[in-house]
Amino acid sequence: MVEPGAERVGTVAPFIRIEGVGKRFGSFRAVENVNLTIDRGEIFSLLGGSGCGKTTLLRMLAGFEMPTEGRIFIDGQDMAGIPAYERPVNMMFQSYALFPHMSVAKNVGYGLKHEPMTGPQRADRVREMLDLVQLGPYAERRPHQISGGQRQRVALARALARAPKLLLLDEPLAALDKKLREHTQFELMNIQEKTGVTFVVVTHDQEEAMILSSRVAVMDKGRIRQVGSPTEVYEYPASRFVADFIGQATFFDGVVRSVEGPVAGVEVGALGLEVQARAVPGLVAGQAVTMALRPEKIEIMRERPEGPNVVAGAVEDLGYFGNHSIYKVRLPGGEILSVLSANARRVGESGRVAVWEDSVWMRFDPAAVILLTE
Amino acid sequence: MPGSDLAPPSGPTDSPRQDGPREGPHEGPVARWFNRRGWSDLITGIPFFWLFFFFLIPFVIVVAMSFATRSPTSPPFSFGLDGGLLDFRSYARLFSDQLYIRALGISLWMAALSTVLCLLIGYPMALALTRLSPSVRTIMLMLVILPFWTSFLLRVYAWMGLMGTNSWFNRGLTALYNMVVPADWALRSIQMMNTNFAVVVVMVYSYLPFMVLPLYANLERLDMTLNEAAEDLGSRPWQVFRDVTLPLSIPGIIAGGLLVFIPVSGELVVPGLVGNPSNPMIGRVISDEFASARDWPMAATVAVALLVLLVGPMMAYSHFENRAQTRREEAP
Repeated sequence: MVEPGAERVGTVAPFIRIEGVGKRFGSFRAVENVNLTIDRGEIFSLLGGSGCGKTTLLRMLAGFEMPTEGRIFIDGQDMAGIPAYERPVNMMFQSYALFPHMSVAKNVGYGLKHEPMTGPQRADRVREMLDLVQLGPYAERRPHQISGGQRQRVALARALARAPKLLLLDEPLAALDKKLREHTQFELMNIQEKTGVTFVVVTHDQEEAMILSSRVAVMDKGRIRQVGSPTEVYEYPASRFVADFIGQATFFDGVVRSVEGPVAGVEVGALGLEVQARAVPGLVAGQAVTMALRPEKIEIMRERPEGPNVVAGAVEDLGYFGNHSIYKVRLPGGEILSVLSANARRVGESGRVAVWEDSVWMRFDPAAVILLTE
Repeated sequence: MPGSDLAPPSGPTDSPRQDGPREGPHEGPVARWFNRRGWSDLITGIPFFWLFFFFLIPFVIVVAMSFATRSPTSPPFSFGLDGGLLDFRSYARLFSDQLYIRALGISLWMAALSTVLCLLIGYPMALALTRLSPSVRTIMLMLVILPFWTSFLLRVYAWMGLMGTNSWFNRGLTALYNMVVPADWALRSIQMMNTNFAVVVVMVYSYLPFMVLPLYANLERLDMTLNEAAEDLGSRPWQVFRDVTLPLSIPGIIAGGLLVFIPVSGELVVPGLVGNPSNPMIGRVISDEFASARDWPMAATVAVALLVLLVGPMMAYSHFENRAQTRREEAP
């Protein structure tokens, strides 16, 4: 047990500590045994499909749901039994939940009613927040008189107005169209940098999580499957689930034949060769593993290249995306391998690497192979 | 005619696109008219037809009657008996005879009181209904509507039984009263029947569903995340209610209020059965003028006066609704 207040002494004391938190609705376990620490000033994402428990976890941080087990500390303070209206936490709702009967300025100023401030101070703060999200001229509009992107920014300004210690964002970009979403992602990051508030973001969109966050927690069936930086969870997934959920990957079953220093030889039946792969700790010969290959880590060419990890195949399907193309290549064993090839040069009708039914060669680096022992 | 030269039923894959409505080859002009415009004309025409024959014409007759002169004919009024075509004496009496003004005043007061009480009882009921689980909610809504399935008169008679001086209800209330007040003022029974109190009790009881249902429909549509947003921004539950739920339920309050206020102010049966006969409400006055006094012009005049008093709030309501409607439509 850590004594109350002891967290503040060490510089490494986490800002948010979630200890063995679980939530049950009747017999359904929405969240199970979640342990997490989040540092001050982080943008932390909870990533997962629908029903994975990410929203329930967010609502427990906000105080709308109380954990059935475990404890949540925010800035050293135990949140047990503290209602939402007393927490130093504000939330930006997925639907934005703007009050339709109040102007933009009244919406932003709503939370300030409960702060010990004078009228002019409140008005200044509202103006400051509206300027932060560049909505100054819209102060007197009603929510239905502004666009979806503007409403999103009103919601953000309203949630930040009380200077919360923690800002929760529930699918902040889901309701925006693609172009606006890209723009808003960077705006969110800028605002986070300016205000220094810790953000916890719930999202089902892996790209959104990757771009926004300093760290990502991948959730499935109420449990956290992996926590790490975007690079870690993408390049070094801990399980097949994470490798599959984040980005694309083709999976092969294999057996470890040899481990020599940093390189492991893995026999993969479907490829008909012993793949050279970067070894992971604890790997032993004879062990069954799953190998994952990301499409962009594979080179595709017409001539047989030199070196290890070379496979032959025939192009089964081809998708042209403009900046890149995706090849679905049928391997001799019948499996389909996805390969992504950047269209670095301008593609003419005959300028592609390969078209349907062409025989091709593929090569991948040993360091690009993801070995999963789980 | 498109489609008439096509071979009989062909699948969508081998027939070219068919534009416009499909018409049979032997369609007569009436059928064609019906398909083109008639259907929508008919649908929109029904309410116009209904309102014209069952509201506008009777209303014009009543207004005309209010300017007629009472006469010993059948029907008992005629026009132009004393020179001028229109007779304004009924209106003069409306303002000079205390009876009418007083009856109107009592009616509006009772209606206002009943409406406020219905709101105070109905609002928490409607709010509670929205918070129930769907299965329980269905049962509770059924219970709100259930009284409509028994005769209105029967329910009023039941109240008469309850409020009579010898009922268990009255005796119980009397006993409670006697426990609280000094023995000198002890009562043998409480006079409930034939009082305004009885009228209000029965009116509130009878018209409560008309308050609860529109309020429920309004409150049920409100987005619960707005409440969470307000709570998240530091508002305690009662502040959330004051700042979010209450202002957003004003349309429901107005709708329910009018549905109670308007029928209660013209109510005839309840005051007739349980009310005080010496302060008649306006419904009673109109009925008496028509039936006992056979002064149809006076009855029509009082009816017109009541209508004018009620149209005011109704116009205000429709104005409010229109504004809310435009506001909703403005939303992108």
